[in-house]
Amino acid sequence: MSEFLNDAVQFLPVLLAGLAVTLQLTACALALSLALALVWVALGRARFAPWRWIAGTIITVVRGIPIIVQLFFIYFVLPDWGLDLPPFAAGVVGLGLAYSVYQAENIRGGIAAIDRGLIEAGEALGMGRIVLWRRVILPLGLRHALPAMGNSMVMLLKDSSIASTITIAELTRAGQLLAISTFKNGSVYALIALLYLAASLPLAALVRGLERRGRMA
Amino acid sequence: MIVLSGVTKRFGTRTVLSGVDLTVGRGQVLCLIGGSGSGKSTILRCINGLERHDAGTIHVGDTLVTPASLPAIRRRVAMVFQRFNLFPHRTVLENVIEAPVHVLGEPLAAARARAMDLLARVDMADHAHSRPGALSGGQAQRVGIARALALRPEAILFDEPTSALDPERVGEVLTVMRELADDGMTMLIVTHEIGFARDVADQVAFVDQGVILEHGAPRDVLTHPREPRTARFLARVLQTPSPL
Repeated sequence: MSEFLNDAVQFLPVLLAGLAVTLQLTACALALSLALALVWVALGRARFAPWRWIAGTIITVVRGIPIIVQLFFIYFVLPDWGLDLPPFAAGVVGLGLAYSVYQAENIRGGIAAIDRGLIEAGEALGMGRIVLWRRVILPLGLRHALPAMGNSMVMLLKDSSIASTITIAELTRAGQLLAISTFKNGSVYALIALLYLAASLPLAALVRGLERRGRMA
Repeated sequence: MIVLSGVTKRFGTRTVLSGVDLTVGRGQVLCLIGGSGSGKSTILRCINGLERHDAGTIHVGDTLVTPASLPAIRRRVAMVFQRFNLFPHRTVLENVIEAPVHVLGEPLAAARARAMDLLARVDMADHAHSRPGALSGGQAQRVGIARALALRPEAILFDEPTSALDPERVGEVLTVMRELADDGMTMLIVTHEIGFARDVADQVAFVDQGVILEHGAPRDVLTHPREPRTARFLARVLQTPSPL
């Protein structure tokens, strides 16, 4: 135990630096995923059918490809086509895109759970499409979707470890490098696990807090 | 004020309204009665475009009801729903100011002041800051009426406004509706409250299988129905005593 504590004191500065990158990566990818998710949801409910086909195709394709393959594609293949993203940006785009389709499906499910009568009430009050979305459909749909969305957010945090494969020095990669150079696999991976867990707790608490604030009774 | 002429509505292959003609003058109260599935609610829903009719015409004043005219129609003709359909994520007061502020663009302070007047009118001012989930059915429906009035409508459609209420709560909603009628509001009411229809309505229409089977003054339709179907329906409904 005291050996673990010694290791922890020695390794934590490096690992915390990695955690900082993990948190930045997660925050940026989260923002991108939510913004894109709203775009997919809006396209998916557009009156112009081709928009709906585009949204459906994007969701099916992105959902059907492993995140690690998407990251490799963005980081290793796109440069051949002239789009050369730095590792961090490639990680944000890859994770953000991958999670946007999960979040879009979460939001779609939340919207489907809205009592049809509430949408009719908005229509009967003379709301146009935009007001109806802003005042009724999104506030209610997001409330229904929040538990599932929170789940996906925690998964995004953990899946940001996949970005270690495209040279981003986030927590998992920082730990791998430490483990290789010190041979202290046990201490290093235990610390990594604890740090991911610790980072997930505030995120889960945030979602729970939002759920509580959004409670309607 | 509201004129339906030959209104026909099909859901798939099923015809729910066939050739409905109705005229409701300004300040008049029309009660639509009939069994469930007769099409009476669909008549209301075609007027404000929650359903799109397949044939015939509907006029509100001089305006023909079409998809393009619906925004204007819905500002002039409000609706009260059987299940209230209050927005559960907003307070009572926010429900009432929702349309004035976000549809008509009225200033917040003015809309709030008027909403409080409307809530006082339906005796719900004390609950302005409650959430709809905390209200009884009768209270929720009175808020539903205040929310409809907030648009300053020329007419209000009531779709079975008391059918989802506990029996002892029906009276408080009917009282508010009676006051509205006395104030000269144009009202189309789908209801099973025969006593209310007899006392308040200017005309009663009995809807059966998508047609207006019988139509006239309440004392004629409700006390001396011409059609055996109307008589049978009334006998069934009147077995349950009305609270008024």
